[in-house]
Amino acid sequence: MLADKDRIFTNLYGMLDRSLAGAQARGHWDGTAAILARGREKIIDDVKASGLRGRGGAGFPTGLKWSFMPKESDGRPHYLVVNADESEPGTCKDREIMRHEPHTLIEGCLIAGFAMGAHVAYIYLRGEYIREREALQVAIDEAYDAGLLGPNAAGSGWDFDIYLHHGAGAYICGEETALLESLEGKKGMPRLKPPFPANTGLYGCPTTVNNVESIAVVPTILRRGPAWFSDIGRQNNSGTKLFAISGHVNRPCVVEEAMSIPLKELLEKHCGGVRGGWQNLKAVIPGGSSVPLLPASLCDECIMDFDWLRDQQTGLGTAAVIVMDQSTDIIKAIWRISKFYKHESCGQCTPCREGTGWMMRVMERLVQGDADPSEIDVLYDVSKQIEGHTICALGDAAAWPIQGLIRHFRDEIEDRIRTRTSRRAVAAE
Amino acid sequence: MLRRLHPDQPESFAFTPANLEWAKRQIAKYPEGRQASAVIPLLMRVQEQEGWISKPAIEHVAGMLGMPYIRVLEVATFYFQFQLAPRGSVAHVHVCGTTSCMLCGAEDLIAVCERVIAPEPFMVSEDGKFSWEEVECLGACSNAPMALIGKDYYEDLTAERFEEILEALRRGEVPRPGPQNGRFSSEPLGGLTSLEGTRPGHKGNASVELALALGDTVKRITGDEPSPPVPHAELQAVEPARDDVTEERSADEPAAPPFRLDAPRDGRPDDLKLLKGIGPKLEARLNALGIYHFDQIASWGPAEIEWVQAELGPAGMGVLKEDFVDQARALVESSGTAYTQRKLGSD
Repeated sequence: MLADKDRIFTNLYGMLDRSLAGAQARGHWDGTAAILARGREKIIDDVKASGLRGRGGAGFPTGLKWSFMPKESDGRPHYLVVNADESEPGTCKDREIMRHEPHTLIEGCLIAGFAMGAHVAYIYLRGEYIREREALQVAIDEAYDAGLLGPNAAGSGWDFDIYLHHGAGAYICGEETALLESLEGKKGMPRLKPPFPANTGLYGCPTTVNNVESIAVVPTILRRGPAWFSDIGRQNNSGTKLFAISGHVNRPCVVEEAMSIPLKELLEKHCGGVRGGWQNLKAVIPGGSSVPLLPASLCDECIMDFDWLRDQQTGLGTAAVIVMDQSTDIIKAIWRISKFYKHESCGQCTPCREGTGWMMRVMERLVQGDADPSEIDVLYDVSKQIEGHTICALGDAAAWPIQGLIRHFRDEIEDRIRTRTSRRAVAAE
Repeated sequence: MLRRLHPDQPESFAFTPANLEWAKRQIAKYPEGRQASAVIPLLMRVQEQEGWISKPAIEHVAGMLGMPYIRVLEVATFYFQFQLAPRGSVAHVHVCGTTSCMLCGAEDLIAVCERVIAPEPFMVSEDGKFSWEEVECLGACSNAPMALIGKDYYEDLTAERFEEILEALRRGEVPRPGPQNGRFSSEPLGGLTSLEGTRPGHKGNASVELALALGDTVKRITGDEPSPPVPHAELQAVEPARDDVTEERSADEPAAPPFRLDAPRDGRPDDLKLLKGIGPKLEARLNALGIYHFDQIASWGPAEIEWVQAELGPAGMGVLKEDFVDQARALVESSGTAYTQRKLGSD
């Protein structure tokens, strides 16, 4: 288990002083100018060396992403955009950073912005996070008043501004190019890549989009050294991670833990275990709604990191663990996710626009058992045709949970169809 | 879902002077020539001011930002948070129905909406005060099930508590938002498992405290609202004044011993240390008094609390301060007693 001294977000629950003074007392904003004085190359190298992988779901190495930004500006400004459009079902970790540890994010923006040659950062929050926006704005105003933002931010010689922006209830705006479109005042429809945002992003300028948590952990990594961070967790999966646990556990919570913590330890240590005991576990969605579920049989050995979960044909995603006990109607649970994707498809690509609705309707019938067993294969086949055939990953994300369900709970779907069919036969007699 | 403009449109739209100033500050956030970026914040403020987005408002915003009407209409119809028809005058209730909340009972909350607001989503209730809709994940999954009312998240709801909240709003009151089961924010219920030794130095989590500062969190936004305060933690008094404690109890109720046990049931006491503020020492002293289980503590009234305080002496002062009773009630209500949990777990 992660020791308290190794936790980055020491005010995760907001019980301690949330003001700038409180954040400084906990060690934030300490020697920021000296960190910037190390220079862009050194900062990016250290972030690379720490092994930090993006916390928004895809797990792309953060330092590498920063290094894609042009070294010299060609006259166009550079932008840092922070993706705080936290909408992946099950995920509620960035919210705690923004309302309770805002200064980790603000300081991280300054450092990350400097490392990529950006003088401006936009933080894009989801529209429903109204209090989070207010809390973050108060913190930003405090930082300006203290000279930590604005001209010569924190005495570093670097001018830096942070602006808050928000969306209005569209999940798709968590996709980085849709987010940029939305930030430009358009419908949130993802762009074709290439060109990649590092070359042509916000307003056609070089832009890097990072998740809140990825940015917020950077100052501490640079203060304590990349080796400290990379020593936590397994090789290639380093660091601490905010886990958000919801569903059928005795005490759901958000908690910062070491990467590669066994699932069982995570649930028993922090959540009071699965409701009704570990044997009562049916399945877990380990990384937010987009990743395929993991049946209980695999949960004993489950290690919560990118590589182990990928090897099980699922993913760490946002580390949003949705726990389902034996009482769960697993088909209905996945149907609800299908309904979510149907609602959130932006409508740009045909396979996704039509496919998400089609899959939801088939899932609806599977919940009732009102289907032919052969339709399970048709559903699987169609989901495979949506996957990889759309501009953004929403099509994939809609397909994967259904594929996971069929892979692990085919028996249950077939049972339900059989029960329904035999009941109908009895009724007909 | 088809999203069209409402058939009955008002004549005109104008921002209040304060909102207009606010809007200008938003537009100034974006580079010259990129004013269109402000379209979502401005439309949102229209909705906060009027309750919904009308055609004149769309045209007004388009004019302010130098955008063609159709581009603003596209945005207004694309984003689901924008309401294109009048909704309940007090609040349009957003109930999260996505998987995490569904697993934790969101369907019961929706049933409450259907019963006490209107049978269909987006329909305005008979008294005109409410409307509701089921929304997709609102990002408070560890506090499921939950609903967004006005500016605030009401979390860790039960159907009963949710109905109480709606009734209070109907009466014109504004209930305290945030977790409704005794939690502070998203920590595990009943006690921290990390960040040992942390104690709340605030009246509530960041969201709750902002809501308390504003007071009326469902009112229409005119731009004249007080700006949110800087969240300095207040140092908590180590011990509450004795006067406070006696005030909680009505004078005619003498101190009375609570329900006591000779031994823990089945020989397995609850881990009273799960209650914030109870350490091993206090637990041992409570056990010595015959108190072993959360449900015992949950049943205390003012008279019992005074008895326990008298028995425990100075350490007992904490019984009210740390609201053990509320914590214990929350534990008992939410997940049964630790005793029953263990019972389930061992089966």
